[in-house]
Amino acid sequence: MHDLVLDRSKLDALNQSLPNLKLSGLEPLEVRSDSNFINVGERTNVTGSRKFLRLIQEDSFDEALSVARDQVEGGAQIIDINMDEGMIDGVEAMTRFLNLIQAEPDIARVPIMIDSSKWEIIEAGLKVVQGKSVVNSISLKSGEEEFIEQARKVKRYGAAVIVMAFDEEGQADTYERRVEICQRSYRILVDVVNFPPQDIIFDPNIFPVATGMEEHRLNALDFFRSAKWIRENLPGAHVSGGVSNVSFSFRGNNLVREAMHSAFLFHGIRAGMDMGIVNPTMLEVYDDIPKDLLERVEDVLLDRRDDATERLLEMSESVKGKAKKKEVDLSWRDTTVEKRLEHALVHGITDWIEEDTESARQQFDRPLEVIEGPLMDGMNVVGDLFGDGKMFLPQVVKSARVMKKAVAYLTPYLEADKRSGERAAKGKILMATVKGDVHDIGKNIVGVVLSCNDYEIVDLGVMVAPEKILETAQAEDVDIIGLSGLITPSLDEMVHVAKEMQRQDIDIPLLIGGATTSRVHTAVKIEPQLERAPVVHVLDASRSVTIAGSLLSSDRERLVESTKAEYERVREHHAKKKSKKQMLSYEQAMNNRLNLHFDSKDITRPKRQGVQHFEDIDLSEVVEFIDWTPFFRTWELHGRYPKILSDEVVGSEAQKLFDDAQAMLQKIIDERWLGARATIALWPANSSGDDIVLYSDNSRSEELGRFHMLRQQAKYAPGVPNLSLADFIAPVDSGVEDYMGGFVVTAGLGIEEKVEEFERNHDDYNSILLKALADRFAEALAEMMHRRVRLDDWGYAASEDLDNEALIGEKYRGIRPAPGYPGCPDHTEKPALFELLEADKSGVSLTESLAMYPAASVSGWYFGHPESKYFGLGKIGLDQVEAYAARKGYSKEEMERWLGPNLH
Amino acid sequence: MNKSNIHTLLSERILILDGAMGTMIQRYGLGEDDFRNEELKDHPKSLRGNNDLLSITRPDVIRAIHAEYLEAGADLIETNTFSSTTIAQEDYGTEHLVHELNKQSAAIARDVADEYTAKNPDKPRFVAGSLGPTNKTASISPDVNDPGFRAIHFDELKEAFKQQMRGLQEGGADLFLIETVIDTLNAKAALMAAFELQDETGKELPVMLSGTITDASGRTLSGQTTEAFLVSVAHFPMLSIGINCALGAKNMLPYVKELSEKASCFVSVYPNAGLPNEMGEYDESPEIVADQLKEFLDLGIINIVGGCCGTTPDHIRAIAKLASKYEPRSIHPETAVA
Repeated sequence: MHDLVLDRSKLDALNQSLPNLKLSGLEPLEVRSDSNFINVGERTNVTGSRKFLRLIQEDSFDEALSVARDQVEGGAQIIDINMDEGMIDGVEAMTRFLNLIQAEPDIARVPIMIDSSKWEIIEAGLKVVQGKSVVNSISLKSGEEEFIEQARKVKRYGAAVIVMAFDEEGQADTYERRVEICQRSYRILVDVVNFPPQDIIFDPNIFPVATGMEEHRLNALDFFRSAKWIRENLPGAHVSGGVSNVSFSFRGNNLVREAMHSAFLFHGIRAGMDMGIVNPTMLEVYDDIPKDLLERVEDVLLDRRDDATERLLEMSESVKGKAKKKEVDLSWRDTTVEKRLEHALVHGITDWIEEDTESARQQFDRPLEVIEGPLMDGMNVVGDLFGDGKMFLPQVVKSARVMKKAVAYLTPYLEADKRSGERAAKGKILMATVKGDVHDIGKNIVGVVLSCNDYEIVDLGVMVAPEKILETAQAEDVDIIGLSGLITPSLDEMVHVAKEMQRQDIDIPLLIGGATTSRVHTAVKIEPQLERAPVVHVLDASRSVTIAGSLLSSDRERLVESTKAEYERVREHHAKKKSKKQMLSYEQAMNNRLNLHFDSKDITRPKRQGVQHFEDIDLSEVVEFIDWTPFFRTWELHGRYPKILSDEVVGSEAQKLFDDAQAMLQKIIDERWLGARATIALWPANSSGDDIVLYSDNSRSEELGRFHMLRQQAKYAPGVPNLSLADFIAPVDSGVEDYMGGFVVTAGLGIEEKVEEFERNHDDYNSILLKALADRFAEALAEMMHRRVRLDDWGYAASEDLDNEALIGEKYRGIRPAPGYPGCPDHTEKPALFELLEADKSGVSLTESLAMYPAASVSGWYFGHPESKYFGLGKIGLDQVEAYAARKGYSKEEMERWLGPNLH
Repeated sequence: MNKSNIHTLLSERILILDGAMGTMIQRYGLGEDDFRNEELKDHPKSLRGNNDLLSITRPDVIRAIHAEYLEAGADLIETNTFSSTTIAQEDYGTEHLVHELNKQSAAIARDVADEYTAKNPDKPRFVAGSLGPTNKTASISPDVNDPGFRAIHFDELKEAFKQQMRGLQEGGADLFLIETVIDTLNAKAALMAAFELQDETGKELPVMLSGTITDASGRTLSGQTTEAFLVSVAHFPMLSIGINCALGAKNMLPYVKELSEKASCFVSVYPNAGLPNEMGEYDESPEIVADQLKEFLDLGIINIVGGCCGTTPDHIRAIAKLASKYEPRSIHPETAVA
């Protein structure tokens, strides 16, 4: 048995000459050796709270502030703030949220814990907080040099620091490793950085227990032992951790989880843990834990018996009141047919759906009554659960599959039943991806969710011309028109549709959705065009149901009024913001370019120049390059992979979705569902002003082509340059011979065949899953080719050795920006790129809006300078548009149309 | 004048800081012409009231005021640079003069201080480079309708303060006095500037920091309590921390007491001559101010004392005379903050 109780006299002797840890917001917080456990509020964290993430993504910072306020009122002594999410500009969001907190004395009174895995976000936070904060976290993960540099800065900003037990080898997962890393970190901080020892807080990693894996048995025990060791051996140091992780394997069983958290804290605090991130609503009072449960929980935490896990599992099932094993629980088969249908719908089970539908058909007089009765009742349950956030998108899409199969089974009977009139759905909704755009995953998801809620969907597919949308809308007498788009030119198409509706006197409500759309764009550009009908921006699929519901009920007037008023405010705010934002003239921006140092000896001449085509790429080689996080985002499951699989709220659904994806992935590879091709090219290049000139060969005497780049024009802080991609290439007058590259890859060849097969089977779930996977493959292939180019074809990073996580984190040298994306939003550079790449051989073509077809394709440029980086262009001025149009040989009006979203 | 020198002196006796610069300048009744030199003769904006300019346009005036305070018994005189940052000079369109202003101001003070030290080497005089808070705040929005807005960012403040410190250091300042802190984040930017200047020059000038408690609630303008303010700046190894301006001496007592209990460095206080009257004048006499400070001295809670707005050489003389009878506060290691 290990002694797990901190020796207080040892601690006091060790710390007697050191001051206490002191933090501050508007008020001070002192952590004494006799202080109670300091609890850190965890809800203002986008990776841990879906609600907070949604609020930040929706720009509802006021409501996000109320989350912070609730934390403080609920007793949090520090609030942890985290903005690490791919779709959020973390620096901006952190800065803005902390600035807003400063104006709320009831929140700002407590110290802030600035939580990010990205140093630039941490530093941005440190620059806007007047009090003494806690940085969460730094570690030896990337070596001593970075650790020392970051610790020095933390000290100079006047913050305390959480140090993760993480080093170059990875995360500490044994007692010995925890001790080794914490000791080493401590010695560096105290001896090298001269960091105040009392300002050091260790997070020695709380990992799940009772997972069934032998190597996890000691996870809690090792944490307690490490906590005790740290407090007894490292003067001044504190111990913290995120508690909810320990009970990960009991998700869904809050009784056991709460008992585990309490017992963990009880032992953790006794061992020396003096602060931690805790959800107070997930905590049982230690003394109130039933004795038998407590015993088994502690058996696990303290690793007291070999069968501890089995015994806790056993009890967890009994305290739940029924058997937990879902795969053998078929008790629902013994209920009434109505209940069976509901169960099948809610749980997305198709195994018995025809059988059950048939039983129902025999029970009712007419087949239509089966749909209007038990099936719709079941779907209403699904709709309600989804609306309450108790079901997630992948589940709902599976429910729809069950519904469609049931309806398909009934269809012949419906036709035979002469008396059967047309069944009246709640309403009819036309859905279309606008002209020039080929992306339809989001649109299909919205269609499925709406049809689950008893709307009839008329889906016109992708690249739909405005005439066709409006003709169909009138011919079919639809109640709502929904437009979707992913690329920026689609925004203009939507404006065009709205104008046409106004001109043709069509008064059908218009819904706007898709990744590139926004409330601001809808309010500023689309809604003012259409006075005859309401225009509403729909943020995501879950929102579509309530909006459609309101539009088609007596609630319509209220929604229309409030939306109009809201958009008016958005327009005013936008106009104000616009006038506030300071811009430079194009000339000033050019004068403030990034002047990189170019030296021939730093530039590698590519091993292979010119164009190379690759056909029949084996997708099994591409798999390892997949970044899964965006895949989950497609399904409105927000969080970082793989952490999302253990997320408290969406973890189990994310895991199921991931399992389905893995199964399909294998089939895609084995049965060669998707064709993948890649084209890459490397050219001699130099910049000339904001253009990049390509040469036919190394004599650089003949111009092969040129790319035209845009330049940031906002006024930044002194010393911050206005960037253009052209800055990353050596200027022609430098005399330095530089290079750049281009690429196009696709993983979507032949996808139509399988998609049609799924749709014939009423299987939207697998259809959407396949498209989402094809997108991931295309991105992964782009990543794989980029790596190959760095290591071999260009070869400037021949010795690079990075794992996929580092690749996703873009830790390598060089970038591959894509025309149409934030750094270079002009799609009209694509035709030139495609021509130079001889892209017709790649199987990828461009639509009239310059979207790539197949949709699962990626194209872009390669830049190799070590300082090259991704940036957002932001707003530009008409002076630049004019100059740019002249360089490209476009008319100014045409250029303005393409660059609309970026115009100041 | 080195660092250990002033440290030693501070543990031996209470040091006297000078009084108001603005009040003294007012007595000269200067006009627009006095604020202009050859270079500024066609400057488009009115410059009267930009007192820091006088260091280059009327150095004789500034020199004379310093001499009066030294004569009255001040150990430390503050440079005439309260507003000599690009940020504060922007209103006058004189940002380009910032380096010169700081360097010149420090050089004038250096020269007079050395003159007095030479006269009486037992009482060495020090030049404190004054850094005001600027007229912008990094953690308060100037727009009530837009609480997330900021007129200035940490990095801009840091650069401006660093530029000011560089000028002061080149002109011969012995130490920096970051004073009248109304927003702790501005002060943290100044402290970061000091760190970075140390990296660049290899010299570590001592730093005094003095905050302003704006009302009876005992908080800074940016909302922090006295202790929170102390905790927020304690990462910098300061020579002293204290309170100045805004309140008269009487009302400052509880906060200075708190600092004295909790700070691990020396403690300073330099009050206004009372609160401004209806005419905007400070009218507490030297005797009244000295009398109020007597309570601080009796409690043994200060190491540096002087005057802020409205105080004159007569005030400083009275304060110096009184303080000479008292022992300085001693620093207790057990109350050390960091």
